Amino acid sequence: MSAGPRRHLLSTADLSAEDAMLILDTAAEFARLADRPIKKLPTLRGRTVVNLFYEDSTRTRISFETAAKRLSADVINFSAKGSSVSKGESLKDTALTLEAMGADAVVVRHWASGGAHRLAHAGWIRSAVVNAGDGTHEHPTQALLDAYTLRARLGGLEGRRVTVVGDVLHSRVARSNVRLLATLGAEVTLVAPPTLMPFGVEGWPCSSSYALDPVLPKSDAVMMLRVQRERMDQAFFPTEREYSRRYGMHADRMAQLPEHAVVMHPGPMNRGLEISAEVADSARSTVTEQVANGVSVRMAVLYLLLGGSEPAIGTEDEGERR
Amino acid sequence: MTNWTIKGASPLGGPARDLYVREGRIAEAPAPDATVIDAAGLIALPGLVDLHTHLREPGREDAETVLSGSRAAAAGGFTAVHAMANTDPVADTAGVVEQVWRLGREAGYCDVQPVGAVTVGIAGERLAELGAMAESAARVRIFSDDGHCVSDAALMRRALEYVKAFGGVVAQHAQEPRLTEGAQMNEGELSDVLGLRGWPAVAEEAIIARDVLLAAHTGSRLHVCHLSTAGSVEIVRWAKSKGYPVTAEVTPHHLLLTEDLVRGYDPVYKVNPPLRSKDDVEAVRAGLADGAIDVVATDHAPHPVEAKDCEWAVAAMGMLGLETALSVVQQTMVATGLLDWAGVADRMSVRAARIGQLEEHGRPLEVGEPANLTLLDPAAARVIEPASLHSRSRNTPFAGLELPGAVHATLLRGTATVLDGKVVDR
Ligand SMILES: [Zn+2]
Repeated sequence: MSAGPRRHLLSTADLSAEDAMLILDTAAEFARLADRPIKKLPTLRGRTVVNLFYEDSTRTRISFETAAKRLSADVINFSAKGSSVSKGESLKDTALTLEAMGADAVVVRHWASGGAHRLAHAGWIRSAVVNAGDGTHEHPTQALLDAYTLRARLGGLEGRRVTVVGDVLHSRVARSNVRLLATLGAEVTLVAPPTLMPFGVEGWPCSSSYALDPVLPKSDAVMMLRVQRERMDQAFFPTEREYSRRYGMHADRMAQLPEHAVVMHPGPMNRGLEISAEVADSARSTVTEQVANGVSVRMAVLYLLLGGSEPAIGTEDEGERR
Repeated sequence: MTNWTIKGASPLGGPARDLYVREGRIAEAPAPDATVIDAAGLIALPGLVDLHTHLREPGREDAETVLSGSRAAAAGGFTAVHAMANTDPVADTAGVVEQVWRLGREAGYCDVQPVGAVTVGIAGERLAELGAMAESAARVRIFSDDGHCVSDAALMRRALEYVKAFGGVVAQHAQEPRLTEGAQMNEGELSDVLGLRGWPAVAEEAIIARDVLLAAHTGSRLHVCHLSTAGSVEIVRWAKSKGYPVTAEVTPHHLLLTEDLVRGYDPVYKVNPPLRSKDDVEAVRAGLADGAIDVVATDHAPHPVEAKDCEWAVAAMGMLGLETALSVVQQTMVATGLLDWAGVADRMSVRAARIGQLEEHGRPLEVGEPANLTLLDPAAARVIEPASLHSRSRNTPFAGLELPGAVHATLLRGTATVLDGKVVDR
């Protein structure tokens, strides 16, 4: 690795507007490449990117893998079994192994909030760390690809009104999006039942509402979050039917949106619960674009962390706080 | 046995005078063969008493043993510690409490007073043989399922009633289990920012509120372990105003540290109950100052390196406390003017000994009393180095912090366990 401070992408809170715009602009350049017959660039030849996944997420892993391969990096997929219940090899020992293997970047998906932060800052490895989702904390590349998609569809982000609907409390996608979109000048409104609204949401850079319908006519985009059915058993909401009726996106609600507004979903979707098939398959839906944009954005992130020149993305190593 | 002349110490921070120790007791006049300790500038306190210590033996000798933990206690100025029951096997029988008690006597660094479990295996289902533990050689008086809450109200009621037969106390780890499933840190704005499941104040306060009412109803002694929130202080203050038989403790870490430390996801700051807000810290300091909170208890909780060298969610909860407690109290309570040294003696020795019913501890520094005492150099300052601690574990949240005060000597019934700031090998 080149000398200088280690760089990571752990949280969208660490990105300035300039950092984020650089990633989006770089992603746009890579997106043009996707239309060419030969999609590969030699940029990261000889570099090793490890996909370290403590949680199954085929779509995120494939997206990162495709991104790294298009930049000619060597990719190692390391799926680490083990959870809070059944402990496998410790994160530390896995990190030491990756360090010994000479990983230049580690893309980590972890079920524990702070997993990526710990990997980046505990002193176990020197690689760049990309957070591919940590517990209920953050999923920064998802937010970046959402911002990319919004910018492409709405022609910009400044002043655009984005409504995020669903299980905000447990959603890393929502956390990363709120921070990034606020940084980029969008106005975010969170919509959720009170049980699924974060405890201290008043302090977040957004507004919030328990009701969806009044917000719809004022939305340029609505982002539907995946709702896990197990939340029902924990009394976060009474039944799927009631959730769907109060917070689901279906044709009637879609009709209340302005003409130009789009409906987003990070996937995988629960059709019939938070989004109806009619909406998911409509022209307003950006679901498949989001997938395609994901590859370009992740190429940009890997490129800027490993090969790209100034300016940096992510934060410099802040070390352990006391 | 060595006799001592302690020259020029300030008992409880008062005017300097000489203290004489003969045959393990404070004496009127010096023994002819007395060894002199130059104590000019040192504060003399009754030997500190900890109501809440995890010594980990039997079962987790990789984290701590009775020997290593009682050396750490002596280094911190303690002459007595209460060994919590959540060992493996659990201290829920006369056999186990007597084993721990005997190990403490053999080690000889401080009096190790076992705490007995309230329920068999601290499983919260059936009462353990509390009477057998009370009548054992270990003479158990405090019973606690610490680490777990006796959450079943009926069982808690019976435990409170039952211990009246032998003057026992039930020490409750107040944590409503359903409100804290998977809880990782204080619930508030920060827990949601960090994506860590919240441990709400109400989960502590609801149990304390219930328990003080049960204590009143049964007329039995309740002790509240490690209370950590402003609301808990209010409830205990109210219960005391009603004359309910309730006492409470606060830990050094809840007097000094706040939840902001969790931001870096370093599990050395993971503890149960969790670090709270600045307002809570202010409230527990005020409660300790006005006596709503009776004592400082360390909740010394040693863990091996691997239990903290991992993801936050996987890490064990708990912090070391014995060797830093007095310094933290000096910083948070004395330097701030909230307590004088007599107050420190009261909260770290006198009241703790009274709650634990240890007759030889927490006594005045007067002629005829057992020579359990601690000499503190209040002018010293030290940077906490984990590697220099006497505990077998290293999980101190104070690493790298400069804290005031250093224990110069500790005497246990006249025997020096610490001299010149060093633990005396026995
Ligand atoms: Zn406890």
